[in-house]
Amino acid sequence: MADRQVMVITGTRKGIGRFLAEHYVQCGFDVVGCSRAPSDLQMPGYRHYCLDVADEPAVKQMFLDVSRKFGRADVLVNNAGIAAMNHFLLTPLSTAQKLVNTNFLGTFLFCREAAKLMQRNRSGRIVNFTTVARPLSLEGEAVYAATKAAVESLTRTLARELAGFNITVNAVGPTPVKTDLTQSVPSGKLEALIARQAIHRYGEFRDIQNVIDFFIQAESDFITGQVIFLGGV
Amino acid sequence: MSKMSVDRQGVFQAILATIDELNETMPDNCKLDKSAETRLFGDQGKLDSLGLVNLIVSLEQHVADQFGLAVTLADEKALSRKSSPFRTVETLTDYVIEKLTDSDNG
Repeated sequence: MADRQVMVITGTRKGIGRFLAEHYVQCGFDVVGCSRAPSDLQMPGYRHYCLDVADEPAVKQMFLDVSRKFGRADVLVNNAGIAAMNHFLLTPLSTAQKLVNTNFLGTFLFCREAAKLMQRNRSGRIVNFTTVARPLSLEGEAVYAATKAAVESLTRTLARELAGFNITVNAVGPTPVKTDLTQSVPSGKLEALIARQAIHRYGEFRDIQNVIDFFIQAESDFITGQVIFLGGV
Repeated sequence: MSKMSVDRQGVFQAILATIDELNETMPDNCKLDKSAETRLFGDQGKLDSLGLVNLIVSLEQHVADQFGLAVTLADEKALSRKSSPFRTVETLTDYVIEKLTDSDNG
């Protein structure tokens, strides 16, 4: 088994995922990342897989490789996600299916396969991603928020089912951060959303990293099934 | 690592290795015998539902290590069969071979 801790992060080609991958490599983790398209991130301690997070055989193969190469998975960060802004009445079924596949089923698959590897060492930390769009019930994000509500429910139940393996499962709920995910949302909508936060500013990558740091630090072994929203939502 | 050919003895050994691993965490009166006839789950089986989860997860890892194949043993078909493949070591051996053969073909 490798000496260094191994962190699996989904959706690392750009945005928050890429920031987290670079940050945790610098912190001394071996980071395994993935995205549908190839990544140009090349640094010692980083390994990339091209896959769709909802593709079960590909995800299983990735974890088989991780098991062979490292013999361990210590942390999973389920960052990969897609959003869609549609009035509910105009939301195509295909859009809803894509959101469910990536946001919920992808999270489900990675949790399951990572936990199988984590339970070998009777230790692990899983951090899922939700969104403030869920508690704020944002108009236009019905399906997106519903997939994240499912992720929150999954998080709480897995926290109980995996506690016996010494695996904690928590979630972070970012506010809008300036990434590709929010690029297509009209700025007026984003400003209105930020006005509903207790602290009126865009989120930064470091805000999300800070919550992840808290969930995965050694002293947080009694913290599980929790969802932390940023910005006072 | 390339896939290795699937042989019955290899699968049987993977199951015995899994039993060894499970027995390390089980009280003496619940330990499983390492034989083809050992009853695992269901009528006269020593495993409860959580024990079955541990067996399946651990066996998937042993199979992956031994044969280089990522296999999902708890699929819908297995769980809904009238005659559970997890009854005995022997039925489990048959089932794993079936899954690995399917996986080879896939």
